[in-house]
Amino acid sequence: MIKRLAARVIGMSVAGFARALTGVLPNWRGCLPEARQRVYFANHASHGDFVLIWTVLPHALRRATRPVAAVDYWGGGVRGFIGREVFNAVLVDRSGATREPISVIMEAMEQGASLIIFPEGTRNTGDQLLLPFKSGLYRMASARPDIEFVPVWIDNIRRVMPKGEFLPVPLLCSVTFGEPLAVKPGQDKDAFLTEARDAMLALRPGRSAA
Amino acid sequence: MSLPAEAKTLFMGVGSVLVVATAIGQALAWHAGDRPSNLVQNLNQRIFAWWVMVGLIGLAFLFGKGGTILLFAFISFGALREFLSLTHTRRGDHWTLLVAFFIGIPLQYYLIWIDWYGLYSILVPVYGFLVLPILSAVRGDPTRFLERVAFVQWAVMIAVYCVSHIPALLTLDIPGYNGKQLLLVAYLIIVVQGSDVLQYVFGTLFGKHKIAPVLSPSKTWEGLIGGIASAVGVGTALWWITPFSPLQAMGMSMVLCVMGFMGGLVMSAIKRDRGVKDWGHMIAGHGGMLDRTDSVIFAAPVFFHFTRYWFTP
Repeated sequence: MIKRLAARVIGMSVAGFARALTGVLPNWRGCLPEARQRVYFANHASHGDFVLIWTVLPHALRRATRPVAAVDYWGGGVRGFIGREVFNAVLVDRSGATREPISVIMEAMEQGASLIIFPEGTRNTGDQLLLPFKSGLYRMASARPDIEFVPVWIDNIRRVMPKGEFLPVPLLCSVTFGEPLAVKPGQDKDAFLTEARDAMLALRPGRSAA
Repeated sequence: MSLPAEAKTLFMGVGSVLVVATAIGQALAWHAGDRPSNLVQNLNQRIFAWWVMVGLIGLAFLFGKGGTILLFAFISFGALREFLSLTHTRRGDHWTLLVAFFIGIPLQYYLIWIDWYGLYSILVPVYGFLVLPILSAVRGDPTRFLERVAFVQWAVMIAVYCVSHIPALLTLDIPGYNGKQLLLVAYLIIVVQGSDVLQYVFGTLFGKHKIAPVLSPSKTWEGLIGGIASAVGVGTALWWITPFSPLQAMGMSMVLCVMGFMGGLVMSAIKRDRGVKDWGHMIAGHGGMLDRTDSVIFAAPVFFHFTRYWFTP
């Protein structure tokens, strides 16, 4: 009970803080915020990424949407509490020592949760726009063609909180949601991942609506 | 600092203008039925945002000097955030940005609060100018260094230094005008923003000849001349809330309107260069904070120094 309340209050504070700092607004360009099972896949530049997506989701959708996060960062201590209780994160072990991440993710999808995932698999701290994608996105999409796979572009967060810094700088961020994708019949892994990648890049601010 | 008697008259006047504008806007929307044109929608969004802005300024005035300084400190924060969001700063600028936001803004406004003119008038152009590039340099990333440093300095000058000269008007010690300095803030905002609105109105109604087709396609000679002439009229008619004579008020509002127009032009050039139409999306119908305040930002320091030079002992 107290735990639930604390989680609620922390969740609201985190979202409020993210808003005050980044003025983040959603841009639902390719779909609307609907209560249906979805996988949001986004670019990954900072630990604040899923917080921003979560912040711009309507309250009703927040509870049903679980970020997929690394257990080595979000597993223990205060971050563990926030990860588990506030965001209800699906924690995966990237080393695969205990369980394969993909099977943990599949299980969460079976339970009906919407997910937030980062197909690059790790934070992109270099100068490229996107790192090569892991194959997990393709495996998820081919296993569950009934779920909408929504490309998302998070803009500017990298500059708010660069790797290795612990104080964030207030800069405007935006989260743009594109048109849902699905694996087409006969489409192989590379073709689908390229399509997913292009769909994300097309959402960058300053590009015209495709 | 209690509210001077003129302030009530002034707010009633501004309120009546807004009531009339709201009535016209709603009548136009009602007349258009289900599908009001973009122009009418934009007009009504602007009018609504005006109510919010006048309300905020009124609220700040009720709290006197402290409220006004706090309001403009937050405006500086929003404006600096918008400006820096469009730049190419890198990881090596992280400390620079932190200092600009979390030391620069509070310090500048604190100095205005304690009325230390000798320091607040040089804090950014001297100490900021030297310290900010030092912070970036010690992080050791030379990529596009001058461009990054120049952009940050410009941002801080515009969003912190220039904006802070609006509440700095409260510190001016004008003989026979003590306790009324809030009216100078109101005067600056009414004349410059009035000039913006009137240029928009005259431009929409009569605009034909573009002044700067590349930089700012909506600016026309008809809008400029009609807008400035009528705004100078307003500024002259409001001489009774200032320490100026009617003729002085006319000259002062002329300077304000011209600086305001030029400010809009400069800020448009920056937006074009960065490839954006608006600075942000904070105010519906107005774009960002900087889209609405660019003219006041350019007019404020000149207004401050003209008034200080000619009207304080």
